[in-house]
Amino acid sequence: MQYFLQNVINGVQLGSIYALIALGYTMVYGVLRLINFAHGDVFMIGAYVGFYAASAMKLQEQPTLGGALLQLIPVLFLAMVACAVLGLIIERLAYKPLRKAPRLTALITAIGVSLFLENGGQLLFGADPKFFPSVTPQGPKGTIRIGELIISVDQLVLVIAAALLMAVLWYIVSRTRIGKAMRAVSHDADAAALMGINTDNVISFTFGLGAALAGAGGVLFASLTYAKILPLLGVTMGLKAFVAAVVGGIGSIPGAMLGGLLMGLAESFVKGAPAIGPFEPSRWTDAVAFVLLIVVLLVRPAGLIGNAAPEKV
Amino acid sequence: MADLPVCSGDPLLHLEDLQVYYGAIHALRGVSVTVYPGEVVTLIGANGAGKSTLLRAASGMVRAKGGRVVFLGEEVTRQNPAAIVSRGLVHCPEGRRIFANMSVRENLELGAYLRRDKLAVADDLEQALTLFPRLRERLQQNAGTLSGGEQQMLAIGRSLLTKPKLLMLDEPSLGLAPNLVREIFRIVETINRESGTAVLLVEQNAHQALGVAHRGYVLETGCITLEGPAAELRSNPEVKRAYLGE
Amino acid sequence: MLSLRRILTVSATLGILLFLSFFLEQRLQAVAFRVVMLSGIAVVMAVSLNLINGFTGQFSIGHAGFQAVGAYAAAALTVYGHNRIFGNLPRSGQLPDTLQGFLLGAPAMICALLAGGLFAAVVGYVVGLPSLRLKGDYLAIVTLGFGEIIRVAVENTEAVGGPRGFTGNIREGIYIPNLTSFFWVYLMVVVVVVVSRNLRFSVQGLQYLSVREDEIAAQAMGVNTTRVKVNAFVLGAFFAGVAGALYAHFEQSVSPTSFGFVRSFDFVTMVVLGGLGSITGSVLAAVVLTALPEILRSSLGAEFNQYRLVAYALLLILLMLVRPQGIFGRGELRLDRLFGRKGGGGPAGRDNVEDQPAATELR
Repeated sequence: MQYFLQNVINGVQLGSIYALIALGYTMVYGVLRLINFAHGDVFMIGAYVGFYAASAMKLQEQPTLGGALLQLIPVLFLAMVACAVLGLIIERLAYKPLRKAPRLTALITAIGVSLFLENGGQLLFGADPKFFPSVTPQGPKGTIRIGELIISVDQLVLVIAAALLMAVLWYIVSRTRIGKAMRAVSHDADAAALMGINTDNVISFTFGLGAALAGAGGVLFASLTYAKILPLLGVTMGLKAFVAAVVGGIGSIPGAMLGGLLMGLAESFVKGAPAIGPFEPSRWTDAVAFVLLIVVLLVRPAGLIGNAAPEKV
Repeated sequence: MADLPVCSGDPLLHLEDLQVYYGAIHALRGVSVTVYPGEVVTLIGANGAGKSTLLRAASGMVRAKGGRVVFLGEEVTRQNPAAIVSRGLVHCPEGRRIFANMSVRENLELGAYLRRDKLAVADDLEQALTLFPRLRERLQQNAGTLSGGEQQMLAIGRSLLTKPKLLMLDEPSLGLAPNLVREIFRIVETINRESGTAVLLVEQNAHQALGVAHRGYVLETGCITLEGPAAELRSNPEVKRAYLGE
Repeated sequence: MLSLRRILTVSATLGILLFLSFFLEQRLQAVAFRVVMLSGIAVVMAVSLNLINGFTGQFSIGHAGFQAVGAYAAAALTVYGHNRIFGNLPRSGQLPDTLQGFLLGAPAMICALLAGGLFAAVVGYVVGLPSLRLKGDYLAIVTLGFGEIIRVAVENTEAVGGPRGFTGNIREGIYIPNLTSFFWVYLMVVVVVVVSRNLRFSVQGLQYLSVREDEIAAQAMGVNTTRVKVNAFVLGAFFAGVAGALYAHFEQSVSPTSFGFVRSFDFVTMVVLGGLGSITGSVLAAVVLTALPEILRSSLGAEFNQYRLVAYALLLILLMLVRPQGIFGRGELRLDRLFGRKGGGGPAGRDNVEDQPAATELR
């Protein structure tokens, strides 16, 4: 039981990150029908911006959680703004001219942008890993014990922060004027334009919003899981988050959240599974995402929550 | 049918020598159409004659290769659809195109997307709901659950909330049962009579369309072949044979 | 029909390839030879992917996965079949090391090519099956997923080295033999191009194209779209597997990371850049995209080298923005057109197919 719960906790932690990234994929796909392969790299940039901001502000380990959050929030904010700007620039320069081009062309361009960010990242940041300074209280102060169960403060903060960000997103999409416009464009861009919605602006906004979430994901991931920050950080994370978005039903915002969470849980359980004879499930962790993907797509081609037909006619 | 043409004063919309291509296909070959304030003008023609293309060119959804779109004395030819809507030239597209996964209320609110005058919007919403009482019953419902006729009413209502000076309706009666068709045309008349909104009506149902319109144009393979007061067109032997089935 | 003319063409091709093989392997510098070989292998990959993405309009972005299957299957065959099946294999089958080595290695190479192709074809069949239910982007993601699963599966197979990669059976001191000579690479280039070309202008090929243009209409015309799509996957995967076998016996080491989805994207890029469906376009794009980075690498100084990949990415974006239909569009590049028409260009009907203006590009 304790083992089960521990996996759930780890899974939710990883899943929150996947969900934050998956949201960007799903929103952009919604308004543009484009798989924005560069999105994972925006996540990577977010982690770097966070790292450099933290270094510049000389962030240190804090004895209390409150102090830690006080330091972390400006870093998070900065990374989100930087990534939003980056997302806007990418959209304007690389994708907007291709609005009416064949889909495959836009996809190749997205791949090009992704390669550019990865290789540019190598140049700019160097190939050696960076580590985010630890900010939250460590040791006994940094862990919460419930019986045998151990939850670190880091995990708790990460999950709560991700949940808050997603709540804000939900509010924007469902309650605000621009959110309504986003949904309208996503459903039928031409009809939305005939309502006086400037679809180009809405698409740009969507890109910015998605990129900001990815940037937040990058900072949370780097600062609270102490992952190595590398120029290729976004490749696998991005790919899996994208798979999560598809599993949930691409284009659907709750779908991305559900898909991300599911993906995190599945990976965590496989990773934590004991060996069965010579078969070690943990070594197959990287394949879990894709097996899940294929199974879900074959059973429900539009994803778990997606209700649209797989291909818009 | 209301009084005969009020073709005087400045035109509301003037399409001048419009040329539109889809790839190698020449869809509009120099079409000129004028709509004056307060009138209902209909555009009749067969499938593929270019009727919808004309509306799409006017609303900025397709780019005209040549010619001009002048609305209220200002050229809007290469403006984007949103800017054109904000001037009051509103296109209610063929096939309803409602936002099926949003509520009826949200659909109507999207019509008022550009308007900041909340009070006036509330008034207009009330007016639209008076015009379409069935929508009031279904305000919170998902628009996708409406029947075809209700969806068409929602589409028109949504366009009305943009506060159009000229409403361009594309095939509003398409695929509806005869009694609903009559209702839609009655509503078009009401809109025109009560608020003085000019209407450019594209229809395959030439009989009904000429019944509510003041003037009409006949479009054949991208060219205007006939134009004149609706009554005249209705008695034209060519129109009778080709479009009225008499 | 085995006409005299055909026999002559085939033997002439083989002769020319053998001669070139002998000549180039002796004369070319190591770097240049490497570029020539890798370009040839890339051509096989690009042209075979063009069968799936270009002709049939399916959207596969996991082509390197098939190559991985072929590479590992073929390498395993020669390594574990050494002494057991193939007698004493030469360390090198390239011509400079004597014609004897080439001849000794030939049966093993043929078996390796077939094994690589067949294994990949079987996997291609499995990957092709979801295409019955999934379309467009969804199929793309599944192919990508399959590619990744193959990679993880290889990493977990100790017999072929697991995550460290595979160079041979180290315990017995048997390594992947260097069997891939110029001859084999370019023979396979010729085969894949000829097969593609013949398919393109056959009735069966028209069925492929019809699936690309409008699947529903194709179905209505009685085209068995299911069979066409699966066939395209099987055929494309077969040649990718062949390319894998060539690659493995050229590099003499294969590692799971050399076939990741980044590699798959390279092949998609080649096909799109060459113009979807254009065979000559795929060939040229494959050569350019393989040779250019290699040449840049060797000709530029160390400090430029680090900008190489950034420049490559920028070039890719720019090309897509400037020429979204690919460098050559849908049509084929034809010598007789380049140098003015010199009569006798085959039945007139064929030319019409290629004369499509750019305006009819598929959306």
